Amino acid sequence: MENIIHGIFLLLGLITVGCVLLMTIYLIISGIPAIREVGLFHFLFGKEWAPVLAEPKYGILPFILTSIYGTAGAVFIGVPIGFMTAVYLAKLAHPKIKSVVSNAVSLLAGIPSVVYGLVGMMVLVPQISTLFHIPDGSGLLAAIIVLAIMILPSIIKMSLTALEAVPKDYEDASLALGATPVETYFRVSVPAAKSGIATAIVFGIGRAIGEAMAVMMVAGNAPNMPSIFQSVRFLTTAIASEMSYSAGLQRQALFSIALVLFLFIMLINTALNFFLKREKVE
Amino acid sequence: MGTKRKTFICFMKSLMWISVSIVCMLTLFLIGYVLWKGIPHISWELLSTKPSYLSDRIGILPDILNTIYIVLATLVIVLPLGMGAAIYLTEYAQNKRIVNMIEYAAETLSGIPSIIYGLVGMLVFQQFFGMKTSLICGALTLAIMNLPTIMRTTQESLKTVPNSYREGAFGLGAGKWHMIRTVVLPGCVDGVVTGCILSVGRIVSESAALLFTAGFAHALNGIFSGLSSPGATLTVALYVYAKENGEFGIAFAIAAILMILTMLINLLAHFMGEYFQKRRNI
Repeated sequence: MENIIHGIFLLLGLITVGCVLLMTIYLIISGIPAIREVGLFHFLFGKEWAPVLAEPKYGILPFILTSIYGTAGAVFIGVPIGFMTAVYLAKLAHPKIKSVVSNAVSLLAGIPSVVYGLVGMMVLVPQISTLFHIPDGSGLLAAIIVLAIMILPSIIKMSLTALEAVPKDYEDASLALGATPVETYFRVSVPAAKSGIATAIVFGIGRAIGEAMAVMMVAGNAPNMPSIFQSVRFLTTAIASEMSYSAGLQRQALFSIALVLFLFIMLINTALNFFLKREKVE
Repeated sequence: MGTKRKTFICFMKSLMWISVSIVCMLTLFLIGYVLWKGIPHISWELLSTKPSYLSDRIGILPDILNTIYIVLATLVIVLPLGMGAAIYLTEYAQNKRIVNMIEYAAETLSGIPSIIYGLVGMLVFQQFFGMKTSLICGALTLAIMNLPTIMRTTQESLKTVPNSYREGAFGLGAGKWHMIRTVVLPGCVDGVVTGCILSVGRIVSESAALLFTAGFAHALNGIFSGLSSPGATLTVALYVYAKENGEFGIAFAIAAILMILTMLINLLAHFMGEYFQKRRNI
């Protein structure tokens, strides 16, 4: 009897592993055919995506570059703001302010991505269009700003946890040697928490590269090569925008895009694990 | 103190101030804007009817019900799986490699973007198992997505059950399964509840994973017929109304409802956390 129950729990535990294997295998099986048909080089480095032409073109370089640029832009804007906020909350803020701001950050994290998309669509896109005198404000810039806002909560929360875990002795020693509090926080606490902060950044990158709906609502969705005011399509939105009506090779190509996105995510996960392990060692 | 040090301190302080104010203002703006634009469009008619082309009105009752159905169905599926896995990891597992494997799998699952869940859910449940686009198909997909959350929170609360309780139960002659049922399970209630709240938040705000698995329909159904037929949740409905139908009033009304729901879920999580903390300290 006990053995049967042990077996059942083992099975339940292994379901997670099963799910990961299932997803990996499914993505590979369904992603390979289109890549083989189009050719790996043409697929990854082709600059044109035009699946409905008489001579269809399946190049996803625009999507890959857009995803990379978009994520880089979001990290470039979101990380400094999130990092500075985290240092302030962890070290300088009055406990009451800290609790109010952390609750606001939790709320920010919980807002559905379609709501971000909607606000971006109704506020950000028209603003960009009037500010830069372009006919349509939806494009890479709008997507970058929305993504930057969306990764803020995770960056703040994870950096905050890392900064709070820095031993008080380090800071006391620095203060006793005559450094001011602010100097201590930036020259002692931050370096001591660096792998935690690195984890936060990598996590943010994962979030940004995987976001689909909010980006779909503000990026314009034309398969152009990325440029700051152009309407662009990300890897995620490329999958989402054509899935409902595609068939045949076009549909299979979408699965291949998912495979490419999955590989990116796995790469980021590996980096994340690396930093997490280093944090544990420290 | 040299001017160089003074400038550094001043510069860092102002950067922190700017960042914190950006985060606070952003949160306030998002909440205020969405509520201000959305609440005027919320009416009893909107909440209590289904869309009708004949009388040219839009109601979101089906979407509200679909959201509730999918939350319930997902929790029913994911709870036994996640709790079972957590119990296996903390109570049964002795093989370090299996533990590492399961934990690595859970970490991987939590890093995979929702659009990929949607795609694989569609491939596996619809193409392989022959299910049609339906809420239950979406719920299964979301169950895999929320598995790591439930697993982690349960595991954390299981770790707080003192080992002496377990030894006491064994000493009184209880078998392992009996001990788990009577000693360990009651001790992990707080973790399960926390996990449920987190999962409900994620399910309510999820959209990309449901697009291809649960579909877009707005039909009014009971829970069992609802689960086996396609249906849009609130987030998907928001996306469709904003992006495809141009019904921005309705979209903002849904966004306001989602915003209020997010705030309620956050509040609930906050108070439950405090309550459990207090109970544990007694």
